[in-house]
Amino acid sequence: MAIAFTEIQETIRMVEMEHLDIRTVTMGISLKDCADPDFDKLKQKVFNKITTYAKDLQVTANQVAEEYGVPIINKRIAISPVADLLGNATKEQAIELAKTLDLAAKQLNIDFIGGYSALVHKGISKGEQILLDALPEALSQTERVCSSISVATTRTGINMDAVAQMGKIIKKTAELTKDQNSIGCAKLVVFCNPVEDNPFMAGAFHGAGEGEAVLSVGVSGPGVVLNALKKYPDADLGEVSDVIKKTAFKITRAGELIGRVVAERLKVPFGIMDLSLAPTNAMNDSVAEILEEIGLERVGTHGTIAALALMNDAVKKGGAMASSYVGGLSGAFIPVSEDNGMIRGIEDNALTLPKLEAMTCVCSVGLDMIALEGDASPETLGAIIADEAAIGMINKKTTAVRVIPVIGKNAGEIVEFGGLLGRAPIIGVNKFSSNKLIQRGGRIPAPIQALTN
Amino acid sequence: MMQKRAVVSVVGKDQVGIIAKVTTILAENSVNISDISQTILQDFFTMIMLIDINDPTKLSELKEKFKPAEQELGLKISIQLEDVFQAMHRV
Repeated sequence: MAIAFTEIQETIRMVEMEHLDIRTVTMGISLKDCADPDFDKLKQKVFNKITTYAKDLQVTANQVAEEYGVPIINKRIAISPVADLLGNATKEQAIELAKTLDLAAKQLNIDFIGGYSALVHKGISKGEQILLDALPEALSQTERVCSSISVATTRTGINMDAVAQMGKIIKKTAELTKDQNSIGCAKLVVFCNPVEDNPFMAGAFHGAGEGEAVLSVGVSGPGVVLNALKKYPDADLGEVSDVIKKTAFKITRAGELIGRVVAERLKVPFGIMDLSLAPTNAMNDSVAEILEEIGLERVGTHGTIAALALMNDAVKKGGAMASSYVGGLSGAFIPVSEDNGMIRGIEDNALTLPKLEAMTCVCSVGLDMIALEGDASPETLGAIIADEAAIGMINKKTTAVRVIPVIGKNAGEIVEFGGLLGRAPIIGVNKFSSNKLIQRGGRIPAPIQALTN
Repeated sequence: MMQKRAVVSVVGKDQVGIIAKVTTILAENSVNISDISQTILQDFFTMIMLIDINDPTKLSELKEKFKPAEQELGLKISIQLEDVFQAMHRV
């Protein structure tokens, strides 16, 4: 059927004016065959495998973007959790491996490589402990390496020993990168119920159940959804949901088409399409502004959770119809520093840390790119992680914590991370201690929700 | 390579000779136009053409050829494979 004039115009407008883009094509690469008792050989194998498999990722993605007229913003790599390779390594070797990954990313002209990861939601094996010990140095001595640590799942409960360690690791990473506003922490995500095929950084890794190599796609389009909604200022909420659904359908279809073409040309299987709305600091490319368009004076006020739940669900419904393989996180991203509307919400005191926590109950991800006062103690950071993990565990969903205690800064100040990571107002933490909870250690048992068999 | 179709869209302030200029460039590069529609929207000239493409990798070359015309007439010309419109607007 011929495409109508208005439909062509709509697509062009989405790209030109409303920031429709493919946020990321992420190639997952298995490193299982790189294990070697000789560490130097292991390192070489890792480097060779990544730079061979992803050799054409950048060029091919750019070419496809050009042909279809839809920009692909990021090309990224996710690898098998690195801790699995570190069983016999030392901390120094683990840091060295991070530098190898950094080098591979630089050679490929890739901005982030994810998978410097460990899954410790039940217990911590030797290699995983090595990775945890190496993390602060690894993150402060590399630029492009991203790490994610799983500390809880619905099936296993919360590993509070790992949570306590993560509090310390985040604090130490912040201190080691205090000259750059503690930026090291922006590359570290702590997960509950992580997914194995998430294409978005910093939490991407190539899960144990994945194949040799796979290409997954994350689209984005808060600007498109916002503009679609602006045309219906008087629609009721059912109609609002419908508008979002239809828009999500269109952007997902474009994303899937382009992802499949890139995968085909790189001769790797197409993995999944992640239906997340991801904001950028560009004008009108904000998820918070969608919530405000639905009817909030400022994001964070009463009704925010309801609007977010509506939006997130509508995005999923539209996207699920549009893609044959949906996966990843598929929810709304609300990274504070990367979303102008979220930043404004905090500056105007409409949006607070407790409200941000509550928002994670109805959308994916969690406390993302939130700058905290530098004095926040490791125990407080651990307790923040524990709270998020509990929300994820009980609700059988993914939650994550990517907070940045900015050393030397206090609540109310603004910190600039630069580039894609944006800027954020510093939020204060609760002054009362959570030390005892963290010091008790042990494991919070899996909830009754886990007993589904 | 498989025969494909692409959509050329031209947007700019209305003036004499836009269609002539754009279609001349296409003809010079032996590109066949299979459909064409044009309208003026609030003083803005908008034209959309469907063209036949033998080799999609040549699209960027064609884009380059449009560059001088874009500058001379103050136009915005974009070329995209038709599939993306099919995917977005047809189930």
